[in-house]
Amino acid sequence: MQFRLKQRSVLPGFNLALGYTLLYMGLIVLIPLSAAFIKTTDLSWTEFWAIVTTPRVLASYQLTFGASFIAAMINTSAGLIIAWVLVRYSFPGKRLVDAMVDLPFALPTAVAGIALTALYAGNGWIGGVLALIGIKIAFTPLGVIVALVFISMPFVIRTVQPVLEDLEAEVEEAAACLGATRWQTFRWIIFPALRPALLTGFTLAFARCIGEYGSVIFIAGNLPMVSEITPLLIVTKLEQYDYRGATAIAVVMLVISFMLLLLINLLQWWSRRRHAA
Amino acid sequence: MMATISPIERAVSEPPRIRRLLIGLALVFLTLFLFLPLAAVFYEALRKGLGVYFAAIVDPDALAAIRLTLLCAVIAVPLNLVFGIAAAWAVAKFEFHGKSVLITLIDLPFAVSPVIAGLIYVLLFGAQGWLGPWLAAHDIKILFAVPGIVLATVFVTFPFIARELIPLMQEQGIQEEEAALVLGASGWQTFWRITLPNIKWGLLYGVVLCTARAMGEFGAVSVVSGHIRGATNTLPLQVEILYNEYQFAAAFAVASLLTVLALVMLAVKSLIEWQARQTRRAALAMKGEF
Repeated sequence: MQFRLKQRSVLPGFNLALGYTLLYMGLIVLIPLSAAFIKTTDLSWTEFWAIVTTPRVLASYQLTFGASFIAAMINTSAGLIIAWVLVRYSFPGKRLVDAMVDLPFALPTAVAGIALTALYAGNGWIGGVLALIGIKIAFTPLGVIVALVFISMPFVIRTVQPVLEDLEAEVEEAAACLGATRWQTFRWIIFPALRPALLTGFTLAFARCIGEYGSVIFIAGNLPMVSEITPLLIVTKLEQYDYRGATAIAVVMLVISFMLLLLINLLQWWSRRRHAA
Repeated sequence: MMATISPIERAVSEPPRIRRLLIGLALVFLTLFLFLPLAAVFYEALRKGLGVYFAAIVDPDALAAIRLTLLCAVIAVPLNLVFGIAAAWAVAKFEFHGKSVLITLIDLPFAVSPVIAGLIYVLLFGAQGWLGPWLAAHDIKILFAVPGIVLATVFVTFPFIARELIPLMQEQGIQEEEAALVLGASGWQTFWRITLPNIKWGLLYGVVLCTARAMGEFGAVSVVSGHIRGATNTLPLQVEILYNEYQFAAAFAVASLLTVLALVMLAVKSLIEWQARQTRRAALAMKGEF
């Protein structure tokens, strides 16, 4: 078989469109990103390993990945309930709530950061109430989780919602006719259908959380070893002109992010295939 | 609402008690994490009175920040718009090798932390960067100046419009374009008269998302900006500076501008979704008639 880059088509503009796409992507994304990887070749493997495994860096990974995991878990459970309520029930103000769910995508992260800090600080509306029972949120690792819950909230809701809308009522009716209780129907019929969407939403939320910077730095307190996230550590190293250190940590984050991106694509492919079948 | 509930409806829905509980849970969660933070912005902004509020907004540094933020959006959005259309045209209308790799690469900037997006431009254009010495010799400033901020904004908003257009154009297929070409239209005529009207709502939605992010970006811009007051501060950076100087009312006043902007974006988005639904319904009704 003869190798051809593309299949024949009567539509014009393939060369122009693809050429421009590749040129622009190369200039804006690929060349700058490769700079980070090439910069790390200044370092020997042992130097690189020493930088990315100092106790302070390890503590920041632990906080970043731990808080991101918890925030994504919280959003997966809450997102399932919110998507369910928005699709299945009617209540006053539902359309407004539905529109507002996207607010964390539209609101600049710095604004989210200072608003959440004002709210969850010891003298804030929520922080004040929690202070009475001795819980501190702002300026502790808990604050990091609160900020991450906010910024990654829409992912699970928006991935589950369309799947729930497309679910056919007949299947549930059949389950009910065959004597299933409502809980059994949910557990064995509805939940398995939602699982790919839930997983995709979770991974998207998790990936967004580990890179987040703007909202977290206001609420976290930023104490090294305690409440310092990895992106902040990169910025700190940059401000000290430690370009190699910053780049080494950035490359670790980049590799993890790329693996997550691959995972997301795989999950979406899996859910599409399930959907088609 | 029906007064009586049929047995089948009871079998495929939850008892009212459970319904109320779930709605309650959802609303409590959204109130704690969404509505109260939103209210807090305006409460804190207006707490010291309208005088302080307007003084913070007409402050020369704030006005300079507004101008720079608008400039970033005005440059970044059209650049990514042209890219989005070109990428979607290539991906959706043709079959070629490496297509799925290309789609994954378009998503890359979403997977990169904003801080790292800033860092890579520092590595390229900084004093010790690849192009740093050459730029210094020719007296061109990119880092800690407006061009760097614009570039960082372009990077973080890179995928938005392409992401919206690719699935939409894939779904629409190529039959209408083929028909136009067979009937003698030129390539550009086909694009302007057939493709563009078909994708206008998706395009507008992508532009809205792209604009919101371009105006609100913080991490990437913060790394490349250098924080020079009145010169390289965008609105989100202005919020940070005021906040760190304990000028809370002023910080929240500037933040409230960005919040209003975000709310307008959400309203426009809802409107576009509603319009797109109407168009689809009209199209379905027409198909039914034939």
